[in-house]
Amino acid sequence: MRDADGAERALLAFLESNAEISNSEAFARDLGVDHELLAGTIKSLHGFGFIEAKDVRRESWELTEEGLVYSRNGSPEVQVFDAVPAGGISREDLQRKLDDSVFSIGFRKAMSNKWLETKPLVSRKVLKVEDVVKQQLLDIKDGKNLSAADIDALKKRKLIVPKVWKAYSITKGANYAPTRTKAATEVTREMLLKETWSEVAFKPYNFQALGQPTEGGHLHPLLKVRTKFRQIFLEMGFEEMPTNNFVESSFWNFDALFQPQQHPARDSHDTFFLKSPCKTQTFPEDYLERVKTIHEQGGFGSIGYMYDWKREEAEKNVLRTHTTAVSSRMLYKLAQDGFVPKRYFSIDRVFRNEAVDRTHLAEFHQIEGLICDKGLTLGDLIGVLNDFFSRLGMKKLRFKPAYNPYTEPSMEIFSYHEQLNKWVEVGNSGMFRPEMLLPMGLPDDVSVIAWGLSLERPTMILYGIDNIRDLFGHKVDLKLIKSNPICRLGM
Amino acid sequence: MPTVSVARELLHTMLGRVYTQEEFDELCFVIGIELDDVTTEKAIIRKEKHLQENEADEDEEVIYKIEVPANRYDLLCPEGICRQLRIFLRVEKMPTYRLSRLPDSSILKMIVKPETAVIRPFVVCAILRGITFDQARYASFIDLQDRLHQNICRKRTLVAIGTHDLDTLQGPFTYEALPPSEIKFIPLKQAQEFTAKELMEFYKSDLKLKKFLHIIEDSPVFPVIYDSNRTVLSLPPIINGAHSAISLNTKNVLIECTATDLTKAKIVLNTMVAMFSGYCDEKFEVEPVDVVDPVGRVTRYPDLSLRTMDVDLSYIKKSVGVPLQAGEIVDLLSKMQLTSKEIDGDKIQVSIPPTRSDILHPCDVMEDVAVAYGFNNIPKTRPKTSTEGRQQPLNEFSDLLRLELAMAGFSEVLNWVLVSKKENFTLLNRKDDDKIAAIVSNPRSSDFEVGIKSPLFHCFVNSLAFQVLRTSLLPGILKVMEHSKDVPRPVKVFEISDVVLLDPSKDVGAANSRHLAALYCSTTSGFEIIHGLLDRIMNVLNVPVDGYTVGPSNEPELFKGRQAKIFYKGSCVGSFGIIHPQVLKNFDIPDPCSYIEMEIERFL
Repeated sequence: MRDADGAERALLAFLESNAEISNSEAFARDLGVDHELLAGTIKSLHGFGFIEAKDVRRESWELTEEGLVYSRNGSPEVQVFDAVPAGGISREDLQRKLDDSVFSIGFRKAMSNKWLETKPLVSRKVLKVEDVVKQQLLDIKDGKNLSAADIDALKKRKLIVPKVWKAYSITKGANYAPTRTKAATEVTREMLLKETWSEVAFKPYNFQALGQPTEGGHLHPLLKVRTKFRQIFLEMGFEEMPTNNFVESSFWNFDALFQPQQHPARDSHDTFFLKSPCKTQTFPEDYLERVKTIHEQGGFGSIGYMYDWKREEAEKNVLRTHTTAVSSRMLYKLAQDGFVPKRYFSIDRVFRNEAVDRTHLAEFHQIEGLICDKGLTLGDLIGVLNDFFSRLGMKKLRFKPAYNPYTEPSMEIFSYHEQLNKWVEVGNSGMFRPEMLLPMGLPDDVSVIAWGLSLERPTMILYGIDNIRDLFGHKVDLKLIKSNPICRLGM
Repeated sequence: MPTVSVARELLHTMLGRVYTQEEFDELCFVIGIELDDVTTEKAIIRKEKHLQENEADEDEEVIYKIEVPANRYDLLCPEGICRQLRIFLRVEKMPTYRLSRLPDSSILKMIVKPETAVIRPFVVCAILRGITFDQARYASFIDLQDRLHQNICRKRTLVAIGTHDLDTLQGPFTYEALPPSEIKFIPLKQAQEFTAKELMEFYKSDLKLKKFLHIIEDSPVFPVIYDSNRTVLSLPPIINGAHSAISLNTKNVLIECTATDLTKAKIVLNTMVAMFSGYCDEKFEVEPVDVVDPVGRVTRYPDLSLRTMDVDLSYIKKSVGVPLQAGEIVDLLSKMQLTSKEIDGDKIQVSIPPTRSDILHPCDVMEDVAVAYGFNNIPKTRPKTSTEGRQQPLNEFSDLLRLELAMAGFSEVLNWVLVSKKENFTLLNRKDDDKIAAIVSNPRSSDFEVGIKSPLFHCFVNSLAFQVLRTSLLPGILKVMEHSKDVPRPVKVFEISDVVLLDPSKDVGAANSRHLAALYCSTTSGFEIIHGLLDRIMNVLNVPVDGYTVGPSNEPELFKGRQAKIFYKGSCVGSFGIIHPQVLKNFDIPDPCSYIEMEIERFL
């Protein structure tokens, strides 16, 4: 038996004096090597252009398990015939002498061949029979051709099955040489030192295959988009608010925002309340008093909501439902420290006790921007929203009147989606109500324009994710984190 | 936002012209309502019965579902929506709602008994005389009550509406509060008499009404309204009596609203009469009722008078950002149901009809000017506010560390702050001492719980997921590993996020703390890899090798003897080690893991 190298040498040597190897299978047999092994060598030589190999497909026949047994032991009908003594034998005795399957197949066959008769003992009807089937099976084993009728008969008896043979016909290739030296795959330090790199033949690259995956870690796609939003705010001169306080009192989350205490958003079906720490007791008392008054009786030109405002409601701790709770603290602080114009932003988590589904979770990230200055107009809000969203690639905006307890006017922001060919809502905006700002102690000509949107929604659209749990939370697919594009919003 | 269903044909009839869907959609957009869905009666029924969506029949009546703002109660019925649209389009003038002129002696009385103060102290009433119902109007009358109950009435807790066929009753009426066993009547849709006590039991199995029982259930007395023949009008806020039930043929309707919030009761009553007085013989005329309170004070309802508000023109112009003339502003406001006139001192005086209870402050008037002008017609300007961009140092610092962790070969995960108690404590071998974790009082159950597939924890399947705020990043990261069984090892993940800890020094009693956590998971534990990461973190934090020490620790979530505490400037800032095999089993993680978690704020 030759090895692959031996086979390769023999093949190349054969082609040196012969124009063609018409059938690699026959060649392998003559050579005494396994065809599978030779095929590998052929593919490699073909790949480097030493030889030109063409596929040859040939259908041949192969013995089944049963056929193989008959080719050794003879066909069952002959076995049955041989088992019948000259004087005849009872059917039962005959059956006992033979295998069950041999008897049942062979007896029927021998009868239909009219080799035997039963009267009633089984006895021979002819003197001698020839085992044609066994001979045919042996012929097939040797690769000889049989007549179509014979093949058909054997096929029907399930003694042979077709087998597709793949072999090659081989001629010299463009780079033919009687021997080949192994091509190098890498440039090595040794080659450089010995300066052999110019003489070495290099194996061509397979450009169909992928390269080796890179090593290293990856950033979370949602936070990549957060980085982009942070950059946009920073480029536009916004200062980040400290939002690392998930637990908030109802006072700062709702009451300070002029959200009445019976408002549905303050229902336990919408907001997570806390059992521990259950309430906040320290407030700026004079401010709290002004908030109570504006809710109950109004003031600063407002008629208020005209209901009994309860301190206990304001004391209840919640998981903040919006980052505007932080904005209210920041604006109050600004009023105490002495007003200066500000642009503020934040991107952080908020919590809603709502049903979770493919697009909603109990927590998500809110993006919020606000500008606080004297003399701001609705036109300024529309202008700054156009600036902000055009940096995200949304150049065509329009605005729909909406309702929000702490902004007036309130505008829903719609952007024209070129692919969907329709207007889609991308955020909310408005001017904070005087009932929110004036009790804080801000000068009465100060306005605040603000807007907000979620971080998850644009990220899901950007990365084509339709289930929020695939993006945020522990059910994330680590493959998604490894394989997602850089965030080129607006680029 | 509330949704109102209107048949398209009816809408077109009421609007006086046919709109294409696009045209109507556009009209809604401009005024701030939204065509939310287009469907048919049969489609709604099919949906309710979860039937296959078949091809709609050609002749099915198309229904528009319209979303309206939550503070515009006058838009909660087709009548109100169409009135606003017609006025906006200037095809209809603002109606003037008025009380019928009757001698005081002919005005019906509602006498309030002092006992009502303990359960539901307020009642307001009005009468619609000579109303003409048809199928659509009648349905709308019922629907409006439902929508008001759902929205401003806060599921009948604040206000409950009862409507009655006045011709079946005899005034004066009394509003009383009596022990439930003493109240006896045939309720709506029933044939037999019940006591109020029996009714509460009976309605426990009523899908619609059982939601309202809690409002009065525990009170020793229930509110009830009688006429002078002791006929029960209603047992608010649960059910009306069958005796005075209205029908398509009812001509005179008594509306009563009982309440715990008087302001809202007045708004609800005004909305009902403003919307349906348009179907009375004397259009927009309402017959008043005198409510006599326990001390004998008489108040006449409804109060349909116009409120006035003086608004600076300069305030409107400056806020909208468009130099409008007084006349233009008056004209624009008329499209929004607000009549106004120019008065001295660069002001307008605005008359606010009873339907516009949402107008609290001049900013609401300013908004209506902007809406009528068209938000999208306002020229864009740039705020002149000059400021500098600035990041929160903690966030900037965290972002720099996140990059270092990723460059060190770890991939970032992002987990929820809300976890179950079990995940935060039991599954980590920790005991809850009630001293560190903030706890949610109204948690929600979820299918996200860990251990659902693990037979060991099948008993926890129905427990609550959003119970506590995580006190470490570990439960989230272990849940990631539970869901990453098929990811080729080694797995290296990290998270830099906030945990929440009880903190009595804060006004709210809790504070966030920013943590860094990283985990290595492979076929071997890889303690040295996590240790190396600690060294790398300290290196990028510019802490020299002798600036921090590690010493033995005994954290229950880590394996005994295979863990250490990290000390920096004399205090412990975190720990690292091999996750305890029992903890791995609890989270159904088949491979060993090493883990580090530390506070980072003190390195800032």
